Amino acid sequence: MTNTILSVENVSRVFPGMRGGEPVRALEPTNLAVARNDFITILGPSGCGKSTLLRIVAGLDRPSAGRVLLEGREIKGPGADRGMVFQSYTLFPWLTIAENIAYGLSEKGVPKSDRADIVASYTEKVGLRGFEHHYPKQLSGGMQQRTAIARALANDPAILLLDEPFGALDNQTRSLMQELLLGIWERERKTVLFVTHDIEEAIFLASRVIVMTARPGRIKADIPVDLPHPRHYRMKTSPEFSGLKAQLTEEIRVEAMQAQEGH
Amino acid sequence: MPRPLEPVGQGARIALGISFFVVFVVAWSVATLGGFVSKTFLADPVTMMQDGWLLLTRFGFMGDIGVTVWRVVGGFVMAALIAVPIGVMMGAYKPFEAFLEPFVSFARYLPASAFVPLLILWAGIGELQKLLVIFIGSFFQIILMVAVAVGNTRRDLVEAAYTLGSTDMGIVRRVLLPSNAPEIAEILRLVLGWAWTYVIVAELIGSSSGIGHMIIDSQALMATGQMIFGIIVIGVIGLISDFLFKALNRALFPWRLA
Repeated sequence: MTNTILSVENVSRVFPGMRGGEPVRALEPTNLAVARNDFITILGPSGCGKSTLLRIVAGLDRPSAGRVLLEGREIKGPGADRGMVFQSYTLFPWLTIAENIAYGLSEKGVPKSDRADIVASYTEKVGLRGFEHHYPKQLSGGMQQRTAIARALANDPAILLLDEPFGALDNQTRSLMQELLLGIWERERKTVLFVTHDIEEAIFLASRVIVMTARPGRIKADIPVDLPHPRHYRMKTSPEFSGLKAQLTEEIRVEAMQAQEGH
Repeated sequence: MPRPLEPVGQGARIALGISFFVVFVVAWSVATLGGFVSKTFLADPVTMMQDGWLLLTRFGFMGDIGVTVWRVVGGFVMAALIAVPIGVMMGAYKPFEAFLEPFVSFARYLPASAFVPLLILWAGIGELQKLLVIFIGSFFQIILMVAVAVGNTRRDLVEAAYTLGSTDMGIVRRVLLPSNAPEIAEILRLVLGWAWTYVIVAELIGSSSGIGHMIIDSQALMATGQMIFGIIVIGVIGLISDFLFKALNRALFPWRLA
């Protein structure tokens, strides 16, 4: 399939046991092909290895076996071709919002005048005009995560990786953030891999939901979401949406229960 | 009574801070002027001020103060210029840390004052010897504290920088350094305070100028007023340098307060 931008091939991860304990199998051999311009959410209970998988794709963690190919090239470490947004607030506190968004561009050596244009356009897209010269501390959590998304996108990565980026936000902010991210995706069709444990979020955003099992993590189901675009938040109450939600709730519930028994 | 951890207002804070100085001077005055302590051992505040005035106007004490300040700043700047880069490297690169950390930890406990006799043998009783005492006293402390600060850099910030395309050098230059700059400045402020104690020790032995020399000279004359004045001058200069350092930090790192 030439349309595949990212392929995860038999990737597994075993963490060595702590203090002579048993090694922990965080991720069973996993295969996943991501098509260009797709929005994929990876859904699973906590501790299912979904973040581990994402970190391996980002190059921040190494697979114990298997490999990940991005546009045919094997991933050896982190790089600007894979933008990442973390759950924790990772804006550089000593840089202003504009400087944070420009960070990757200046690392790349993009000339200053071009940088300013790109920064301005992404500041606009995430609705942070007027906050360019603020420091991260002066912004709310939602605004900080919007900046983090802008910072990752300004770098024009081949794929955008998000690790429960809205996990620490309150419900209202979270749903606004989902709409914002989806809006950007509907316009730019950047390939996205989005990790979450929130079922509604997983369905609302995705064109494909990957459900993972409890530890050791492995892909349990691969469910296409054929809801039309552009999506509106009211869609969350439609019968199709509810149907998918019921199906996924069932899948996840079994896993969550198993994970509890395992502990 | 205030509750635990309840904050105090700006005005009340200043008033309380000053009032203890007042309490201190009053207690001192009562003890000395009231005749509870012999003049031979402890001068009263009035005599101390008179002696101080004499020192400044007649005996060129300003020159001594200047010499002492120059020694502290000179030795301290030399130490900081070399120690900060080493500390940053140790914090950033673990093999480098494993190589140097045990020795630096050991060297840190070598008391700078114990080096004074040895340094006199090596470097004579000139300025170099004084600078070296300060240098030895500050150097290893700065290295170790900077290394710890840099080693504790938030991992998620480093990871974020990597995903934005930073190289290893970029991580050091654009994440480790700026994120720890305020803490490094704070470490320097702290160590500068310690450097003040080393300089006096260095000046007590084999010196012909400086605040410490004046104090030891005054001891021979039983001039407790002068000795106390010298000690207080050190305290005041320390307070001023501390204040300047804090003001500088606030100006340099506005994002910390934002």
